[in-house]
This record gives sequence, C-alpha cells and structure tokens, in this order.
Amino acid sequence: MNFSEVFKLSNQLSKFSPNGKFLASCVQYRLVVRDVSTLQVLQLYTCLDQIQHLEWSADSLFILCAMYKRGLVQVWSLEQPEWHCKIDEGSAGLVASCWSPDGRHILNTTEFHLRITVWSLCTKSVSYIKYPKACQQGISFTKDGRYMALAERRDCKDFISLFVCSDWQLLRHFDTDTQDLAGIEWAPNGCVLAAWDSCLEYKVLLYSLDGRLLSTYSAYEWSLGIKTIAWSPSSQFLAIGSYDEKVRILNHVTWKMITDFGHTTTINNPKIVVYKETEKSQNLEMENLPFPPTKAAASSLFNTESKYEVVSTPVSLQTSKPVTDRPNPKIGIGILAFSPDNCFLATRNDNIPNAVWIWDIQKLKLFVVLEHLSAVRSFQWDPQQARLAMCTGRSQVYLWSRAGCVAVQVPVEGDFQVLSLCWHLSGESMALLSKDQLCLCYLENEGVK
Amino acid sequence: MGDWRTITVPIPSSESKNISQFTSEANMSPSSLYSQQILCASLPLAKNVHNFFRAFCTEENVDQSISYLDQELTTLGFPSLYEESKGKEVKRDLNIVAVLNCIHELLVLHRKNLLAQENVESQNLKLGSDMDHLQNCYSKLKVQKLQNIISSRATQYNHDMKRKEREYNKLKERLHQLVMNKKDKKTAMDILNCVGRADGKRGAWRTGKTEARNEEEMYKILLSDYEQRQKQILLENAELKKVLQQMKKEMISLLTPQKQKPKEKAEDSSGTVLSDVEEDTSELSKENMWELSCETVREQLTNSIRKQWRILKSHVEKLDNQVSRVHLRGFKDEEVISRQDHEQETEKLELEIQQCKEMIQTQQQLLQQQFTACDDDTSSLLQDCYLLEEKERLEEEWALFKEQKKNFDKERRSFTEAAIRLGLERQAFEEDRAGWLKQQFLTMTSFDHKNSENGKPQSAFSESSDQDNLTLHSEPSVCTSKITKSLPASPSTSELFQTVQHISENRY
Repeated sequence: MNFSEVFKLSNQLSKFSPNGKFLASCVQYRLVVRDVSTLQVLQLYTCLDQIQHLEWSADSLFILCAMYKRGLVQVWSLEQPEWHCKIDEGSAGLVASCWSPDGRHILNTTEFHLRITVWSLCTKSVSYIKYPKACQQGISFTKDGRYMALAERRDCKDFISLFVCSDWQLLRHFDTDTQDLAGIEWAPNGCVLAAWDSCLEYKVLLYSLDGRLLSTYSAYEWSLGIKTIAWSPSSQFLAIGSYDEKVRILNHVTWKMITDFGHTTTINNPKIVVYKETEKSQNLEMENLPFPPTKAAASSLFNTESKYEVVSTPVSLQTSKPVTDRPNPKIGIGILAFSPDNCFLATRNDNIPNAVWIWDIQKLKLFVVLEHLSAVRSFQWDPQQARLAMCTGRSQVYLWSRAGCVAVQVPVEGDFQVLSLCWHLSGESMALLSKDQLCLCYLENEGVK
Repeated sequence: MGDWRTITVPIPSSESKNISQFTSEANMSPSSLYSQQILCASLPLAKNVHNFFRAFCTEENVDQSISYLDQELTTLGFPSLYEESKGKEVKRDLNIVAVLNCIHELLVLHRKNLLAQENVESQNLKLGSDMDHLQNCYSKLKVQKLQNIISSRATQYNHDMKRKEREYNKLKERLHQLVMNKKDKKTAMDILNCVGRADGKRGAWRTGKTEARNEEEMYKILLSDYEQRQKQILLENAELKKVLQQMKKEMISLLTPQKQKPKEKAEDSSGTVLSDVEEDTSELSKENMWELSCETVREQLTNSIRKQWRILKSHVEKLDNQVSRVHLRGFKDEEVISRQDHEQETEKLELEIQQCKEMIQTQQQLLQQQFTACDDDTSSLLQDCYLLEEKERLEEEWALFKEQKKNFDKERRSFTEAAIRLGLERQAFEEDRAGWLKQQFLTMTSFDHKNSENGKPQSAFSESSDQDNLTLHSEPSVCTSKITKSLPASPSTSELFQTVQHISENRY
C-alpha cells in the first residue's frame, strides 16, 4: 500500500469523478481538481462562499458547489474553465442541492422545504415541485437515471411522485400508508421502490415502477422501528436494520423475511472468526510502512500502532449503553452495506460501536466480526470486489477481505485521524479524509504511484 | 399382662446401639422418653416401630409405662386402662378391653389426621398454582395496560403533531407567497451560455405523445424485468426438476436389485417398483412432449418421488433391523432367514392362541348364561342347541385329532423299528461282508472262470438302494460265486439279501 502526501481539506468534501479520472476537493471557498494518478492540480476554481456541498455531474464534465448560507449554487466546467454558472435562490434559501442523472439539471431544495426548483442548464428554464417532504432521504434516482422518486407531504399525508427525468413529466402520484415517511430508495434494477416509515413505526412499503403497491412489511409495533435500509446489488434482497439490533432480510420474490441477523454482545459460535484490534508495543513491526523509517519513527512516537489478532470464541464485545431518555438513541443498526458481488453484508450495531459484523449472504450466517479499539466511524466496500475498508478515527485504515484483514497506519507526520473514506471506482485507490486533511491511499494491486 | 410381654420383635444388629441407648434410659421417667419419641415420630413409622416398642417400654418398666400411658390417655379423654379396682389394692390389673379400644381409637384418630393432612397439602398446592396463574395474568394485564396507555398517547401525539403541521403548512404557504410575490431579481440563474444536452439532441416539448411514450417506456422496463425474472425462475425450475428426476431414477435403481432377496420382502417392494418403472417410462415420454410445464406432470413427479422415498425409507429400516439382529446373533444368512420364519410362525401361533382363547371365553360365557339365566325356555333351548353343536363339532375334531395322533404314533414307531432293524441288519451285513472277503481271498484263484454266471443275481442287485449298490457292486462276482458255491452251505446270506431288498423297497 502506498500513501500519497497530505492535502488540505475542509468539511471533509472530497469526491472522485464518476469516470475515475479526477479528484475534486474543497479548501474553504476554493475548489481544487486533481488528476487521480498524478495528483497534479488540473483546475482551481474560486467560489463566493464556503462550500457546503460538492457534487460531480454524471458525465464528469461539471461540478456543483453549493453554499447554503448564501443560498448560492455555482457550477464549474472541466472542459471549459472559463465557463461559469451561478444559481441564486435569493430569499427562498437553500438547504440541499443535487444533480439530475443527465447532468444538465440542478434540483435545489429551498428553505423549510417549501419547494424544489429544477434549473435547466440547457434551456435556462425553471420548474417547481411543491410540497417536497423534509425527511432523511426524500429523493431517489434509479440507477439508469431514467426516473426520479420524490417524497411529498400534503395535508398531513404522505405521497410519492414518480418523474421521468428526461422531460420531468409526472408519471405517477400516489399516497402511501405511512405515518411519517422517512425515506425512499429505488432497487438497483429500477423496478421496485422501497419506502419506509419513521422510527416510531416499523413499516416498509414496496411499490412497483408503475405505482402499484407490491407488498408491506412490518416486523413489530410499539418499539422503535427502522433505522437503515439497503438493497443488495442484484436487487434480490432488501436488508432492514432496526432499533432492536436486528437486520431483517426480505427476498424479492415474496417480499417476506427470509432471515434475521441478531447482533448479540457475546459470540459463542466457534465457526465465526473474530478479529480484535490490539495495540502493538511501539518500536516494533515497521514492515507495514512503505516510507523511509525516519518518518515512521516520528509518527510512531505520537500514534500507538495496532494490529488485528484472531481471538477464539466465546468473545464478549464491548457495548456502550445508550441514554434512554434522549431521542435518536445510539442503539440499533446504524450502517448497512452490501458487498458489490452480493456475497457479504457489513453492519454496525450502534450500541456495540467498535465492532463491524460481516454476514455471509450465501449461507445467511455470521461470518466475521472485527472489533476495534475505538468506535467505527464509517466503512465502505470496494466497488469491484468483496473488500471492506473501515475507519475508526484513529490514524489507521482497516481492510478486510476473505483472505484476511490488515490495519495500516497512515504514515503522515503528526496525527491523521481518518474520519471517513471513499473508494475510487476501480478499487485501486482510496481517499482518506480527516477533519482538515486528505490523503490518497493506493493499493498494491496495480502500479505504484 | 404376660401375653404382650412375650412379643419378640426381631431387631437388626445395626440398631442395637440405639436400643441399648433407649433401654438404658427406660428406667428414668417416661416423660423424658416421650420427648425422644417426638423426635422419632417424624421418621418413617415402620422403621422405628421396633425402636418404639423397645424404647418406651421394656420388661423392667412395664408398670410405669402402663401408669404413664393411663395418665396420658385419661387426660386426652380416653377411658382408663386399668380395671376398676376392687377394693383398695395398690396394684391394679390392666383392662385389656380398654387397652384395645384405646388403640383402636388412636388408630382412627391417626387416620383422620392423615386425611386432614392430605387435604391441607392438596389445598396448599392448588393455592400455589392459583397464585402463579394469577401472577401471570396480572403481568399480562399490566403489559396490556401499558400498551393501551402507549397507544392512547400515540394517538394523542399524532393528533397534536397534525395540528402543528397544519399550522406550519399555513406558515409555509404564507412565506411561499411572499417569496414568490417579491419577484426577486436575485432569484435567477446567471449562466455564461447554455450547455448542450448530454445526449446531444434537442429538447422536445412536452405533449401528450411524449407522455404516452413515457408510459410505454415505463411498462417496457417493467415487462423486461418480469421476463428476466421469469426466465431465471424457469431455469431454476428446470434444474430442480432434473435433480428430482435423477433422484427418482437413482432411488429406483437402488430398490430394483431387491428381487434376489427373500420372497416376502420382494413381493411388496419389487411389485411397486416394477409398476413405478413402467409408470416412469411413460411419464418421461409424456414430459418430453409437454416440456415440463404442466401442473399434472409436476404433481405426478412429486407423488412418484414421495412414493419412492417411502419405499426406500422402509427398505432402509428393514436393513437396519436386519443388521442389528445379525450383529447380535452372528453373521449367518440362513439363520437370519429361518429366524424370521420362526418369528412369523410364532406370531401366527400367538394369533391362533388368542383366537382360541377368545373362543373359549365366549363359550364359557355362553355356558354360564345357560346355567344361570334360565328364565326363557326358548333362549335356553337355543343355547342348548348351540352348545350341542359346538360339543359335537368339538368331539368330531377331537376324534380326528386322536386318530391323527395315533397314526403319527404308529408311523413313528414303525420308523423307529425300521431304523433299529436296519441298523442291526447293516451290522450283520458288514460282518458277513468281512467274512466273504476273507473267503474270497482264500478261494480267489479257484473261482476265476465262474465269473460269467453273474447275470440274474446281478439284476436283482441293481434294483437295490444306492448305498447297497455301492457296497455290493464292488464284489458282484464274489457274491454270485458265493451264492452258487455256498448256497447250500449258508442259507442265511440269501435270506439277508432278500431282507435287504425288502428293506430297500420299504424305504421307498
């Protein structure tokens, strides 16, 4: 593994372009576009205010920078650096902004979710969508970019509208049987839309592309319900993570639960491999680090390195007891992610925050548990293979694959706390983001930087 | 008084220590013994009865025990144990009747107490279970109550939320109006130049046609998805059917070699197997025609698989039984089979015995009825008739049976006699043979040219049994020569031959 040098970053805003050639990052109000392989600065744009949101268009030709405080969106072109576009929402305010799948329309959500303004870069025209719902995930585009689903709320009732993205025609509009719709998501095959209720009620509704209700699923009532949802890449399974520390898997044929995965505090099954992160004593085991030892020695003074050790079952995991009288308790399944080959599901149970659970989907059993020294902040699967990268806020990046797992120290001077990470679409490199720094990590499969 | 003193109770040696302990204290006042007895009272009565007998009263303190018992019983309300004193005698005689009555009363009381105790215990149990049940109900009720509270609160919150939301919507509308009305020049897009569309085409107006086209597109997408899924499912189905067919074929092939096995087993299994094989061949041809998509074909397949599986299961179970039996009694095939035969025979016989027993019972009943309930003449007559019929039948069968038995005995006897005779004759014959051999040796040279006269007697020999043939054929010349030469000398040999023939005839 090779690590690049460290670059400045603000707001943890750094994204790879969809075609994988460029890396855009924000430093305060400047937008820096680099080439991925050489990390040379290709373009530098200056925005009018601090950038809060950064997004590439689908064809990697344009970049959108949103500044919510000023209510501004600026769009930059890579091909023509002198081209500029500024969208000002004025007194309507701005809370969210995103591209449409064709890369020529920008959807701005105004303040208080009054409306969504659709700005067209081709025709300079504007359209409005009224009554959008203010929820966790109110907009969802199909993978092929043909359709958009939007959650709406009128007269204290929830609706879903389906639009054709090519001409923004309203295809279907139907109400949903939810108390408070919390989110919607298309299946990767673009034919089924999952809609789920807020955590006060456990309910998942599945709609077909033409607006018919296919099925409803509710596991229990009264207790807090759904926390996260994830579709498997083949659209065969829908994983529902809930506050009762379980993930329920629905199958696409009958939309009934085929199994549930419970996250217990002790693991007794000897067939499950448990990796535990343990601290290494300093001044040892430098072979992981590719840089000359002087730098490593310096960093090792500040950071205690750690490595994975296999622990034999029964293992008891570290739990954190959530405060029960506060809302949105840190309990239940907070993160769910399927591997791209459909074989694994990685989960995190928020009241066992140090552990990442990896479930084998082919056998529908727990496969591996990785326990770390600090709480897991985020993890992401390699887009090309079943390899999981995790970060916990320490200056290490953790990788797991079927072959094994490794904890790699980020060899930078000083402290580099990896708060989030982002894979390159080829799976050959990864961007590691800390509070104000960015570092690229190249994995050994391909050529060295 | 002397009577009950002579009761000797056998005491095991292990308890002798206790007894000596008790007896040593017997000379003390009975009240101290009484406390000890209370301690012993909780132990099983049967064991310590002997202890009591020895512990409380011994030969030395009889009077004291009587007086003590009398005291206790009178305080409890029982009549005195002593006889009424005639005159002022110090020593009073024991009233045995009173004693017995007291004992009886005590027994009755004891029984009553036991009953009462039982009742109390059962009541206790009932109350305990009732308590548990009530506690469960109570907890369930609590849960239900809480749930009701939660639901009522939830509806209240929902209502409040809706109210607040409506207010909020009103505000939003107001704000929206203000924002829209302001005609903000700022709300605009400042763009250098329009960008071309991603696909390079020009944008089209939104018309009814485009709407229709969009609908069409959408349905096409859905249809293609369904078609794909259906294809997958068909493939899966076909594979599963193939697997099932294979399984069926394998099961059939496993079961058909059983034709060589003993008849009883083969009859039921192979028959069905054969019929199945016929069925399957016809099925297969059918399926090839219908391409495995018909409901009836599917049902047939699953049914035949189930049947085969059942047969296979029963076969495996039989094999298991056989193996376990063989394992226990040694590995001999014939024994196994004969034992199975034997068991079947025993079963049959048991059945027969059962039937006979039932018959005897019914006959007994009828007999009883006949003897006891003779109110109705006709019924008794009828019963008589039945009985007579039965009796006659029985008698006939008995006669038959006796005859057969006699015949069997006769035959057995004759066989044994014949066997004995044969044995004796054989012995004699052997002796003779030995003698002849000797003579032959002696007269071998002189009788060579008389070998040609063998014809007639030889034919007689050829009729005899195989064993005799073997022995006789070896020396036909000798025998004939013997006959011709020694006929007048030893008539017994010819007799022997005749009897041998006779025996051989008898045997067959």
